[in-house]
Amino acid sequence: MSVAASKSHYQSEEFARRLRGRYAAERNFKIAGVAALALASMMLVVLLTSIVSKGYTAFWQSQIRLEVTLDKAQVEERNFTAILRQGLYAQFPQITDRTGKRTLNELLSSGAPYELEALVKQNPAIVGTTQTIWVRSDDEVDQFIKGYFPRNAPEAERRLNDAKIAAIDAMVAQGSLVQAFNTTLFSAGDSREAEQAGIWGAIVGSMLTLLVTMALSVPIGVAAAVYLEEFAPKNKWTDLIEVNINNLAAVPSIIFGLLGLAVFLGFFGLPRSAPVVGGLVMALMTLPVIIISARVALKSVPPSIREAALGIGASPLQTVTHHVLPLAMPGILTGTIIGMARALGETAPLLMIGMVAFIVDVPHGMTDSATVLPVQIYMWADSPERAFTERTSAAIMVLLGFLIVMNGLAVFLRKKFERRW
Amino acid sequence: MQITVLVLILALLTVSGYQMGRTRAAASVGGRLVELHSVPSYHGFYVALWAGLPALFLFVLWTASEGWLIMRMVMSALPDRLSGGDPQVLNLLKADILNIAHGISTGRDVDPAVTAAAAHYNSLRAISDWSLLAIGASLAVVGLAYGRQHISPNLRARNRVERVVSIALVICSMVAILTTVGIVLSLLFEALRFFTMVSPIDFLFGVHWSPQMAMRADQVGSSGSFGIIPLFSGTLLITVIAMVVAVPVGLMSAIYMSEYANPNVRTWLKPILEILAGIPTVVYGFFAALTMAPFVRSIGHGLGLDVSSESALSAGIVMGVMIIPFVSSLSDDVINAVPQSLRDGSYGLGATKSETIRQVVIPAALPGIVAAVMLAVSRAIGETMIVTMASGLTANLTANPLDAVTTVTTQIATLLVGDQEFDSPKTLSAFGLGLVLFLVTLSLNMVALRVVQKYREKYD
Repeated sequence: MSVAASKSHYQSEEFARRLRGRYAAERNFKIAGVAALALASMMLVVLLTSIVSKGYTAFWQSQIRLEVTLDKAQVEERNFTAILRQGLYAQFPQITDRTGKRTLNELLSSGAPYELEALVKQNPAIVGTTQTIWVRSDDEVDQFIKGYFPRNAPEAERRLNDAKIAAIDAMVAQGSLVQAFNTTLFSAGDSREAEQAGIWGAIVGSMLTLLVTMALSVPIGVAAAVYLEEFAPKNKWTDLIEVNINNLAAVPSIIFGLLGLAVFLGFFGLPRSAPVVGGLVMALMTLPVIIISARVALKSVPPSIREAALGIGASPLQTVTHHVLPLAMPGILTGTIIGMARALGETAPLLMIGMVAFIVDVPHGMTDSATVLPVQIYMWADSPERAFTERTSAAIMVLLGFLIVMNGLAVFLRKKFERRW
Repeated sequence: MQITVLVLILALLTVSGYQMGRTRAAASVGGRLVELHSVPSYHGFYVALWAGLPALFLFVLWTASEGWLIMRMVMSALPDRLSGGDPQVLNLLKADILNIAHGISTGRDVDPAVTAAAAHYNSLRAISDWSLLAIGASLAVVGLAYGRQHISPNLRARNRVERVVSIALVICSMVAILTTVGIVLSLLFEALRFFTMVSPIDFLFGVHWSPQMAMRADQVGSSGSFGIIPLFSGTLLITVIAMVVAVPVGLMSAIYMSEYANPNVRTWLKPILEILAGIPTVVYGFFAALTMAPFVRSIGHGLGLDVSSESALSAGIVMGVMIIPFVSSLSDDVINAVPQSLRDGSYGLGATKSETIRQVVIPAALPGIVAAVMLAVSRAIGETMIVTMASGLTANLTANPLDAVTTVTTQIATLLVGDQEFDSPKTLSAFGLGLVLFLVTLSLNMVALRVVQKYREKYD
């Protein structure tokens, strides 16, 4: 009664102020949470935009149209450079001096003669005729057309002199210098010349490496998980194995590279830079991931399934292979795909076992020298040319594309086959 | 080629062994399957195992021993003037022979005796491959016949097959232990060789790191000094910067997602963090080197500061971003493990949501959060690509985040990339660094995992 009469403490001005303070603190805390998430999302957006904006132009490459006369004598001498240059000079009859011609020569990719040679080899009938062909331009021309070299800088500071820019402008106006889809990027191996460099070699290397990884780590990982989850007695020994697996999952990847270098290359004498060694190292690295996820999947199969199978006379192994494993398969598959995606993006251990070599040829077998996509990215990121920056970003986009597909597949499988017991 | 043929033959024999076992088992009881001890498919597996396993063992043993056996034969056939000499020269010679045998040019003039040795190597290799094919195939055939002979209604085929399978399962689960043993032994062995050349005291407490060794005796200025204190300080600096970014952001994200966000928002937010976690480190490295470093540099110049183009700050920030999802998912787990009753008790006393989180949930989850941070630190210490691409190679002993520093992992990567001679302290020091790195991360992980486990038990 007295509470109602006198002004309560809870209605005092001081109390109201404190309450406002507490609500403000609440609001600030919540804002801090939103800000943290916003920061993380912003970094993701910045990262992706910076890569896409640096690299999307790499999917196009400047091509030059030439009318070449495939003179028989010159073809026999394999002097394809001269054939191409004559075709180029023909477009600029006004340029006759040597400096001017040298400027024109620099417009063509140094790989263009080989392109022409391949064309002639493929179709020998064109010797002696005049043909219209498209060849790649030099990477500087390409970058200039894409607008990466400022046109109005003083000539001394520019990569391309006035004469070259004039020639480029003339060719663009004639329609004999255009942008086309960059097939080289997806069909060639590495090269010192940006316009001839591609990621196909690295993609094949990645596939071979991943094949070895998968062939080793999936059966071994699933078998280990089955043993630990279904058969292993609870004792010191299995505890040791479990501690081991958990620790291996957190060992820095570069340590696995040192292991590969010392054991597979040093002790067993396997070849350097080979996908088979890369696959072995990656298999050891992804094994803990696969074991852990397979165990979770096995654990989620309810005991009643096992009991029912055992009850009608199945042996323990039959119980596992006929009932538990098939039911756990979607979960195991999801874990496997995620482990493989991680192996696909891993770089550091492969540097240790020599997959960082400069390799032009597309690998054909498990013991050929090869490189993988992330290592290719690492090597290109070191190259100073602007055209390589662009290609590095493009390679990153391809790599991220692969990873998105793999992870998307994992999510899809999880959604589709997930069972609540 | 021969190996592919052998694998095909083995596959064929095992499959046909399975079929043979089945049909023979069924035939042995005249089709009355009830009289068999095991179902026919187990008899099939029994024969298939006899056909496949011995040959497989032979194959593994053969390929494992083939390399060095042939090498020994080649080396012993070399003229004395080449095969004498110290182990270092011999190793180089071996590498040369291997390269030439594989058709890789060594890039220098080659002794005709070495070319001959390479040819010898190739011919021995061919002989070895052919004999492996012959012996392996005949072993499989003999095994198949033996297994098939043994089939009878009373054969306990199921028990025998299951015995083999369970042995295989045990072996598979031991691969993890073998890997750990392999890591420890290889690091220890090579590091010990390094410590015979450089004293461990100098290594652990030296303040100068310049692993360049003199190639010739008369060369000046590169005696090589291996003190890892600057590498440690660099690693620590970058790790601290990364933690300053990752811990608050990761923790606040985890708190917001588990305490505030409604399920709809969470299904949108979680993938963002998952994508951050799934981006390969080399991509972060590229981003740090080409976007973050110039950005930090231009801001520094705007403030009138002298920023190195490979500053610890840019590498640290990007590494922090990489670790955000790691911190947040681990903290998410421990925050969710705090029982709802604690929160309800706090709300009942009139606390606001943030007061509950700060004064009840976080203290209750603190051990788990500390463990999460420790795992994140171990991850940051072991991370290689970002620092290799975005931080420098010069070992500065500095605490200035705007300077270039180098880290343990960067040095391992740069010391071992490319061709190297395997016996110089420069190369071997990488294994010393690897050993230190392994021990540091291992102890961090062990403690953290123990804490997480203990914590989980508390509320289960």
